[in-house]
Amino acid sequence: MKHRYLPMTEQDQQEMLKVIGVSSVDELFADIPEKVRFKGEYHIKPAKSESALLKELTQLAKQNANSDEYISFLGAGVYDHYKPVIVDHVISRSEFYTAYTPYQPEISQGELQAIFEFQTMIAELTGMDLANSSMYDGGTALAEAGMLAAGQTRRKKILVSEAIHPISQDVVKTYAYGQSIDIVNVPLKDGVTDLEALNTLIDKETAAVMVQYPNFYGQIENVQAVSDAIHAVKGLSIVSANPLALAILTPPGKMGADITVGDAQPFGIPESFGGPHCGYFATTSKLMRKVPGRLVGETVDEEGRRGYVLTLQAREQHIRREKATSNICSNQALNALAASVAMTALGKKGVQEMAKQNILKTHYAKTAFEKAGFKVPFQGAHFNEIVVKVDGSVEAVNNTLFEKGIIGGFDLGKVSPELQGHILIAVTEQRTKEEIDALVQEMGALQHA
Amino acid sequence: MHKENQPLVFELSKEGRVGYSLSELDVPEVELSSILPTEFIRQEEAELPELSELDIMRHYTALSRRNHGVDSGFYPLGSCTMKYNPKINESVARFPGFANIHPLQDEKTVQGALALMYDLQQQLVEITGMDEVTLQPAAGAHGEWTALRMIRAFHEANGDYQRTKVIVPDSAHGTNPASASVAGFNIVTVKSDENGLVDLEDLRKVVGSDTAALMLTNPNTLGLFEEHILEIAEIIHGVGGKVYYDGANLNAVMSKVRPGDMGFDCVHLNLHKTFTGPHGGGGPGSGPVGVKTDMIPFLPKPVLVKTADGYHFDGDRPQSIGRVKPYYGNFGINVRAYTYIRSMGPDGLKAVTENAVINANYMMRRLQPYYELPYDRHCKHEFVLSGSRQKKLGVRTLDIAKRLLDFGYHPPTTYFPLNVEEGLMIEPTETESKETLDAFCDAMIQIAKEAEETPEIVQEAPHTTVIKRLDETRAARHPVLRYVKPTETAEI
Repeated sequence: MKHRYLPMTEQDQQEMLKVIGVSSVDELFADIPEKVRFKGEYHIKPAKSESALLKELTQLAKQNANSDEYISFLGAGVYDHYKPVIVDHVISRSEFYTAYTPYQPEISQGELQAIFEFQTMIAELTGMDLANSSMYDGGTALAEAGMLAAGQTRRKKILVSEAIHPISQDVVKTYAYGQSIDIVNVPLKDGVTDLEALNTLIDKETAAVMVQYPNFYGQIENVQAVSDAIHAVKGLSIVSANPLALAILTPPGKMGADITVGDAQPFGIPESFGGPHCGYFATTSKLMRKVPGRLVGETVDEEGRRGYVLTLQAREQHIRREKATSNICSNQALNALAASVAMTALGKKGVQEMAKQNILKTHYAKTAFEKAGFKVPFQGAHFNEIVVKVDGSVEAVNNTLFEKGIIGGFDLGKVSPELQGHILIAVTEQRTKEEIDALVQEMGALQHA
Repeated sequence: MHKENQPLVFELSKEGRVGYSLSELDVPEVELSSILPTEFIRQEEAELPELSELDIMRHYTALSRRNHGVDSGFYPLGSCTMKYNPKINESVARFPGFANIHPLQDEKTVQGALALMYDLQQQLVEITGMDEVTLQPAAGAHGEWTALRMIRAFHEANGDYQRTKVIVPDSAHGTNPASASVAGFNIVTVKSDENGLVDLEDLRKVVGSDTAALMLTNPNTLGLFEEHILEIAEIIHGVGGKVYYDGANLNAVMSKVRPGDMGFDCVHLNLHKTFTGPHGGGGPGSGPVGVKTDMIPFLPKPVLVKTADGYHFDGDRPQSIGRVKPYYGNFGINVRAYTYIRSMGPDGLKAVTENAVINANYMMRRLQPYYELPYDRHCKHEFVLSGSRQKKLGVRTLDIAKRLLDFGYHPPTTYFPLNVEEGLMIEPTETESKETLDAFCDAMIQIAKEAEETPEIVQEAPHTTVIKRLDETRAARHPVLRYVKPTETAEI
């Protein structure tokens, strides 16, 4: 078998078997019980040459409608944003992407420093004291925040706003079951967490409250009021935040949040059919030693030079085993690097300009929909998503839009029976005025048809 | 490597520089305060850096030159399978039809992606000998926890609420007990015997009606095949428990034996190890889970199904443990793994395992005269040496690892598994040539000689890296986890 990834020649093999002291490779597998030994080869497709495989997979990829060719108004947690071209060039440097976790700091200073910079940028945006080196995604980061809160407060009840992404709620429930944590939903009023209902649900058994900022319906929650309510019973305030929105929104750290989590996908990370994205986890100094996952810290070497290491590892599974704060090992390091490069390219001013464009374009779309006679049920402050009521089924609307080259919004009827016939429209900085006008016009034409 | 200390990106920042290019706003400009209540408007800017594009590129290029990857040099990190990351994988994952598709798009518009996922699942079913596979878990530890949640759901569906214990060998990866704990189980450790394998007597003692599962890596973390695997499975099944396969070491047995045929009920795979999704400096990974028929109802939902009119997600799974991750897993990594499997084919995967095992055994025999080999038998894809001989000379395994850096190598995994004193766990993988293995062995032999003749050279290593040994105690005692801009002192 000659393959471009396998350098062993016949001659190599003979020489090596001789040193090992066996006459055939089979002898090295003789300890596998004969009864269960696999004979022959797997029944999978035969190998393809490099160019034949490229051709086949190019065709397969073409069967998918992508946001380069279609105009997308679909968000609901994953967004089509401007990705500075430089991002892909940096993460394509194989010193980064072919490296393992930086356990040998002397030859991993590049990765360690990049992650230290990532931690700083996330801490800056969220207004929290510190951030870890990344989590799988926003949903599992939220679930981990819940487990931290339950452990920290020794309480077993968590209040989850119904305006948290329904898919994240599902993930939180799966984790909570493992830890015997009770999840209680907090209902909504006018598209935001009902603070009155929240106050009646909070009690001294409540470990934490979880809200999303901006929430699943695009509305902006009053995080300060939520934090005040839960702090009154010494529970924790957990906020799942879109980090791009934080460029112009008051950061959760300034509104009493104890843990802020989310996904850095808006910063340079492709939609990639839902993953890999980049969860982040930020918190207060008080909770530093309870943080899940890896942390990079600054120190000095024997000669006093500044350097970076993985630190506070006594929290982690490879040291603490079953007593670890979390079982997470692999994280999303390369995507954290991508997000860092995007945050650096955008920089202090660019993140604000991009966030502002999102809010202004969404505002424009909202006004245009209303002018065209559409009802926009939630009238509170929004970021880059709005809910629009349509006549008939959202599916029919989306099918027609698709024929016009538009990927429509998310059908809210799929997650909420009260919101049948409502569509969640995301308008990022990528969408032009012309495209927004076309969307409203096409949808309007359908309504009046 | 790049010797100069690279400033932090924040220290390179200069007000007024930009590294981005956004289109001009083309909708009417409105005061933010007319859309947002003032208490929601951020008052202090987030201190992100301001650099031009070239300066950004130079910064990250400088950082990359202070980092060692598989493409930089040999990386025999045991248990991590640091094999070559094929470049075609990177190209394919970036096709717009894979990279720029949204997870909530209508299924009709992403049939190509679903076909790839389905085909990958089928291939992993064949490779593991399981009956169905989910691609949802994000990484190995996430897959372990997913499988344990399913095992718990399985037992509870049978009314077996008393099964609260998960048995883990003392040589197991740290994630095993941690994952079992997060899934709500108590951990029982089973000892290894004098051959480095699960001690059957001890195992018989710890099993009972409270046993939920045994977690096992085979070959184990010593690189040794658990030859009593059928008896082990029988003991666990005999008390009604499930046997779980940690697929971290699958590279050792592809086409030789399948977990499903060895009596395992479920398995996780690390696609970023065996199937070349790159490690990325610590992630992202992908940790699919395979199960036997009786556990299929508990798979995370939604489940990808194939019908006459195409591929669909089926969310109507009443016994499912629920979602373990938003959407459908780390699709981008799964695309890479799929591309790899299609590049190798059945004969290729067989050769992968054979070559990986030959490489490991060859190195083990070359190094055996110079280092203690605690378990002297054929290994699989990796082997563990002990630095106990060198320790008597005042040279610790940590020193040997640091000395290897001077030769341009990433050191082996050290001090693991825990049942070997001063352990050095070496996994060469199949993608390394004999010349590379020989050069590494020569360096190891030289270090063994240095330990006898000039131990200080080893004890004070590394000598050639960009930075010397770092003060890890200081990092943990006085944690500095972020950059803080120095406050400008008022001029006097």
